[in-house]
Amino acid sequence: MLYMFLLYWDEENPPAEPAVAIEEHFAFAREARSRGAYVCSEALGGASNATTVRVRDGQTMVTDGPFAETKEAMGGFYLLDCQDLDEALEYAAKMPDAKYAGVEVRPVMDVPGWEYTTIQGERRAM
Amino acid sequence: MLNNSPKSAAPEAASSSVERVFREEHGRILAMLIRVYRDFDLAEEALQDAFAVALDRWPLDGAPANPGAWITTTARRKAVDRLRRDRAFVEKRAQLETAASLDAQGAEAETDDMTELQDDRLRLIFTCCHPALALEAQVALTLRTLSGLSTAEIARAFLVPEPTMAQRLVRVKRKIREAGIPYRVPPAHLLPERLNAALAALYLVFNEGYSATSGDELVRRELCAEAVRLARVLCDLMPDEPEALGLLALMLLHDARRDARMAHGELVPLEAQDRSAWRPEQIEEGATLVERALRMRRAGPYQIQAAIAALHCQAPSADDTDWAQIAALYGELLRLLPTPVVALNRAVAVAMAQTPDDGLRLLDEPALASTLAGYQHYHSARADLLRRASRPSEAAAAYRRAIALATNAVERAYLQRRLSEVADTR
Repeated sequence: MLYMFLLYWDEENPPAEPAVAIEEHFAFAREARSRGAYVCSEALGGASNATTVRVRDGQTMVTDGPFAETKEAMGGFYLLDCQDLDEALEYAAKMPDAKYAGVEVRPVMDVPGWEYTTIQGERRAM
Repeated sequence: MLNNSPKSAAPEAASSSVERVFREEHGRILAMLIRVYRDFDLAEEALQDAFAVALDRWPLDGAPANPGAWITTTARRKAVDRLRRDRAFVEKRAQLETAASLDAQGAEAETDDMTELQDDRLRLIFTCCHPALALEAQVALTLRTLSGLSTAEIARAFLVPEPTMAQRLVRVKRKIREAGIPYRVPPAHLLPERLNAALAALYLVFNEGYSATSGDELVRRELCAEAVRLARVLCDLMPDEPEALGLLALMLLHDARRDARMAHGELVPLEAQDRSAWRPEQIEEGATLVERALRMRRAGPYQIQAAIAALHCQAPSADDTDWAQIAALYGELLRLLPTPVVALNRAVAVAMAQTPDDGLRLLDEPALASTLAGYQHYHSARADLLRRASRPSEAAAAYRRAIALATNAVERAYLQRRLSEVADTR
């Protein structure tokens, strides 16, 4: 089962040295890959670099900033292939962001006919 | 409890036997159906169907020799019927094949396999009490599935409208399915944490029934009884878990005093309760359980709280209470569970074991005083100690603060009475 891990943190007051956090992410990703769970992951540019687009009545409106203003912004994500929610929660607890801010775990939905997912390795059945 | 009422011509014995089987076997059979069909809703509907058939047939044919096995077999047949009727038949084929292969092994063999059946009920407890589910949802689902309470009954117990409770149950079952919450007993490395979550949910059910905040007295009684029953199941299934034994003991010991807690619509404090109204057999059982748990030498908060409750219940009179031992146990509890409320209870015990001033010194520690400044029981406990220390004007001030914070009419009446006592002595 695929799970998306949304990594949140406070950009204004980063709780860790970026270099330290990046090292921790490397270590985490290596472990997830060695256990066959790793699918993909990226770090995102800051919320101050975000631009939000809305189309209303055919008109495109572009505004500076993220869709929702929150103290903690999404700074990156992991997509992992896990046995079940328990395994997903164990991975989440190992992500550096869990101790700095929080990790939101969401199951990836099965959309019938959706054929655009590229997954490295086997997608394990539950 | 059941939607279908028995036929008017039906002999009462047969329909009351359906009731009894429902009470005793609901959780066990439902747990097995969920394992086989991997679907809470299908399992619940199939079981409901089976009990409906029983209500029709048992009054005519007589109750079967093994009612639990009869219900199990009928429910499985109903589940397969429902799967066949399902339009998305192809998608369900896997479920049907699992079911068919289990049927091939024989329903009798399966009902005999006690380990598997016991594991089913444990699986259901741990799935319902999974920490990824909101506590209120855990409690609702536990009562719905393991206890077989109706949505209306659960709604009444928790004072929410029935549609709200129905919605809560739909959402929690959907999350179990869609978020991939496993239907299993957690592996060893997760077990301590998960067992604590399950115990906390059961204790919440009990406290909801025990604390006389509001609501229907009968429904509240039933919540306490269900919490005790489920804790018994957990203790039977995990006899080597001392905290499970501790929780069961704690609930039995609290519940033993239920008839003495209220008099003339007022809360009676422990020291003034009529000890002859306490239930000796429940106290005996609770005390024995605490001893058994403590001998395992893995003390935990429930065991210590139960040990404290046992000392209270076993004291022949309020004056003969072993306060020194209770104060020592609270010290241990504070080490395991360093919360302000435990610190408050310890201070009260120290006051009883030594002098009111010793307790007041602990209560007046600035950190505790500021954390609990908005807590009614802090001020009422402080007021009681001040009264005993013969400091009536300070006691009156503390009672007034407690009264201002009280939300419960019964407790407010009690505090008012205490206030008038100290106000009179001035």
